[in-house]
Amino acid sequence: MTLDGLLQRHGGWLESGPDEGPVISSRVRLARNLRDTTFPGWASKEVRNRVWNEVVLAFDGVPDNGSFLRWRMDELSTLDRDLLFERHLISRELAERQTGSGVFVNEDECRAVMVNEEDHIRLQSLQPGMNLQKAWEIADELDNALEQGLSYAFSSKLGYLTACPSNVGTGLRASVMLHLPGLVLTEEIKPVINAVSKIGLAVRGLWGEGSEASGHMFQISNQITLGKPELEIITNLEQIVLEVIEHEKNARLRLMSKQEIRVHDHVGRAYGILANAALMATGEALDLLSALRMGVDLGLTPNMVRRDIDRLFIRIQPAHLQKEAGVVLSPEERDIKRAQLVRKFLEGK
Amino acid sequence: MKCDLCDKEAVVHMTQVVNGEMKEVHLCEEHAIAQGIDLNSPISITDILMGLSGPQKNIAHELSLACPRCGMAREEFRKTGRLGCPDCYKTFMAELTMAIKAMHHSGQHLGKIPAREGVQTKVKSKIARLQQDLEAAIAREDFEKAAKLRDQIKKHREENTPDDGSKK
Repeated sequence: MTLDGLLQRHGGWLESGPDEGPVISSRVRLARNLRDTTFPGWASKEVRNRVWNEVVLAFDGVPDNGSFLRWRMDELSTLDRDLLFERHLISRELAERQTGSGVFVNEDECRAVMVNEEDHIRLQSLQPGMNLQKAWEIADELDNALEQGLSYAFSSKLGYLTACPSNVGTGLRASVMLHLPGLVLTEEIKPVINAVSKIGLAVRGLWGEGSEASGHMFQISNQITLGKPELEIITNLEQIVLEVIEHEKNARLRLMSKQEIRVHDHVGRAYGILANAALMATGEALDLLSALRMGVDLGLTPNMVRRDIDRLFIRIQPAHLQKEAGVVLSPEERDIKRAQLVRKFLEGK
Repeated sequence: MKCDLCDKEAVVHMTQVVNGEMKEVHLCEEHAIAQGIDLNSPISITDILMGLSGPQKNIAHELSLACPRCGMAREEFRKTGRLGCPDCYKTFMAELTMAIKAMHHSGQHLGKIPAREGVQTKVKSKIARLQQDLEAAIAREDFEKAAKLRDQIKKHREENTPDDGSKK
């Protein structure tokens, strides 16, 4: 399948999963490096190419290696790289790298292995809903399979050695993507973010940098990677995320019991703009779709299902719109296409 | 109290609240000078931990230090915060040890071990974990459990000849 084929499909991690509603997906990332080999940011082109070739060979040892597609960054257009980024399959950093950098993605997009990003290998496992344990098991399994063909840089004291000391040890970054409009509308999001940050976890907006999250989407992840076993890191994160989910659900209940008419108005107005606008910027679309998504969860928009809206979150992004149109579009042309796409979706409902 | 980086007596003691958590650093005179600490001026513990502070002119010889494998100079590492290769962990061990402890509140890996690693690595990891359990048992004054853990550690150490440290 070509990269264009991705457009016709939806990432498996967008399917429904446990504790859905406030939770979009769970992710586990492992950072690995090859023994006696310069890290990608400091390595020559020759070394970077050698690392790519070694990883290609190591994939022979992955049981279902036939289900993985692979692309090298220097063979892809900017638009294609942006498409992979928008689908959460590569990082912005990898999208900007060239020689020897690339990605392996399995068909349902639940597993991806970035090569020559900040580390030689960044292995990612994505699962729908609240499912960190499963995401870890899958990442661990893929890591074990790759390890058969690769010698990792490892120290008995510091664990897996990484280009940045902030990832050393397990090399594990676990995160959960959350939709928290209730906490944003009740203005309780800042105290929650502060409390979570104080206990060694990081919170950031899913789209855009900083804590200002478009679409009321947030990502909570562990910061500490050394000194605890992987499962303990995951269980700690899971416990905190479950508490945040509880806060979000309570905030929604309070909104519905005390300000029901305002919630109706908020969701209804979002629907009105989405159904009629002729021009729509990405940020505006994300915020309006967020309101609609909450409306679905609260039973205010009976014709819609959450999964369709989650797919729209991906499809309205710039590279997706341009790939779908088959041409490069100016920002205004994208705003027109985005408005059309959303209108068409709502007309079908 | 001992220096965080060697066995000498610490002469510099610093405390700062980072992300709501109290951090303490204790350094002997030699390491305090090596880190460029000027006790007459206000100082950020985070900068010290990351090796970013201090009068660098006094440590010009240290800045010239470079990793023998990849050639990354200390100055480059300080500028980018990224290492050049796995060997850099040995080259820049002094400042890395402090930075890593500040970031992770630990200096010992307790997670997964690659299958290719030898028995020694696995034994070391096992001992590190028992050591952590021992410290926890002492902290909660469960001395019966602590004694059992101490014996287990001793047994593991006796059964396995320790090697010379970490391997890449």
